[in-house]
Amino acid sequence: MVVNAVEINDVCVKFNKHPVLQDINLSIEINDFLAIIGPNGGGKSTLLKIILGLVTVDQGEVKIFGEDPGNPSNPIGYLPQHVSFDPDFPINVFETVLSGRYHGFFKKYSDEDRIKVTDALREVGMLEMQDRQMSQLSGGQMQRVFIARAIVREPKLLLLDEPMASIDPEMQNSFYNLLLKLRERMAIVLVSHDVGAVSSHVENIACLNRKLYYHGAVEYAAASLEKMYKCPIDLLSHGIPHRVLKKH
Amino acid sequence: MTGILEYSFMQNAFLAAVLVSVACGLVGTYVVIKRIVFISGGISHAAFGGIGLGYFLGINPIMAAIPFSILSSLIMGITSKKVKISEDTAIGILWSFGMAIGIIFINLTPGYVPDLMSYLFGSILTVPVNDIIIMFLLDLIIIITVLLFYREFQGISFDEEFSQVIGMPTTYIYLLLLSMVALSVVVMIKVVGVILVIALLTIPAAIAKQYTYKIGHMMVLAVILGIILTIGGLFVSYIFNLASGATIVLVLSLGFICSSVIQKLRNAL
Repeated sequence: MVVNAVEINDVCVKFNKHPVLQDINLSIEINDFLAIIGPNGGGKSTLLKIILGLVTVDQGEVKIFGEDPGNPSNPIGYLPQHVSFDPDFPINVFETVLSGRYHGFFKKYSDEDRIKVTDALREVGMLEMQDRQMSQLSGGQMQRVFIARAIVREPKLLLLDEPMASIDPEMQNSFYNLLLKLRERMAIVLVSHDVGAVSSHVENIACLNRKLYYHGAVEYAAASLEKMYKCPIDLLSHGIPHRVLKKH
Repeated sequence: MTGILEYSFMQNAFLAAVLVSVACGLVGTYVVIKRIVFISGGISHAAFGGIGLGYFLGINPIMAAIPFSILSSLIMGITSKKVKISEDTAIGILWSFGMAIGIIFINLTPGYVPDLMSYLFGSILTVPVNDIIIMFLLDLIIIITVLLFYREFQGISFDEEFSQVIGMPTTYIYLLLLSMVALSVVVMIKVVGVILVIALLTIPAAIAKQYTYKIGHMMVLAVILGIILTIGGLFVSYIFNLASGATIVLVLSLGFICSSVIQKLRNAL
């Protein structure tokens, strides 16, 4: 039997006694390309943090490739939400990606680490800019560097928190093309509040607003969404059906 | 002008300026890029409690300030991470608590406290040899720690969440960094005093940040700037017979203003 990348059973999470996530059941397969959509404050980032082991659940069970979450050896690559960075921080592109190869106290980066960094930068198309200061990059370029930092650990599961928020619309297609290339060797889960932006690229969507309202193929989402009253209204106003439904 | 170098108190003052600049360049760089200026200000003021304790126990106040400021930095670090009050509230409370403890201890100490002002506002011309040795040892600890934990300090400064995901014990590293802030505060107390320490911890690094995009370069540049500006302040205070700690801080501030104006002009051209 193949072990799922993520197995979440009956999970509840509370912050200050307020439920943020309730009765979540979610399986992510090893070749999934899933978008978790829902309104801001709907618990999307919290769900990612559960998978990463940054947030512990109050109830239920979480398994990452059959292991407990929070183990640094879990093969997870992570792209945090963009807002958490100081754009003026003194660090260049190469160093940023190299930090993804961290092995532990007193362990220096090896030549192999540097080769992996070069490979990752080539893959995301940022190799020529490896000496650039991070603050000199555009939003889209920065996201590519952070993708490189995530994949330089050679993960089997890539988690992206609002990856499109800081990318110009015209750059988004090439960013999705990069993800399509990466998904050949890892499961990808991205979180977004904007269904229109993601639905034509991903395979499955999960609709989250405290509870999980839908999880399945994009093609069948529209009908379900219409039935689900509480599911974020902006999904319905976002151009269904011509954007959510694939051409067929 | 060269005549003043022959006095031994002047030689001590120069040594003190160099030792202080090493601490402010290395630790100050993290204070600036990790944006922990306020918590560092809290640690430096709380260190006054240790000074008071030293007077009370009749030991060297600088020695007493070492465990006291490390302890207060750990309490601040843990409170700001774990307790459900906002971080700046916790810092504000410990900041004034430490100073109050210091004042009470000095109150309880029998007799007159002669050089109290030098701990509050600094007195680079009266740094005794014993304190120079302590400052040197603390600098050594700071240098070794920064060399050993360079990757971790960079990681938590740039992106704490990602660092945690890839297996760094980020809370412990943060507490270690705050302990380094505490040690550098102790190094600086004699030169600028607890109230003005924050100027040395921030200004040289802030100027250096305007000229480089590498943490290592920023540290070296901040050390050099620290030496130049501290000794510059020392000379100005000697020539005009002004309080040395305050003059050094004024020179540092002027240096920052000049550098910012130069940067603005360079960008405008």
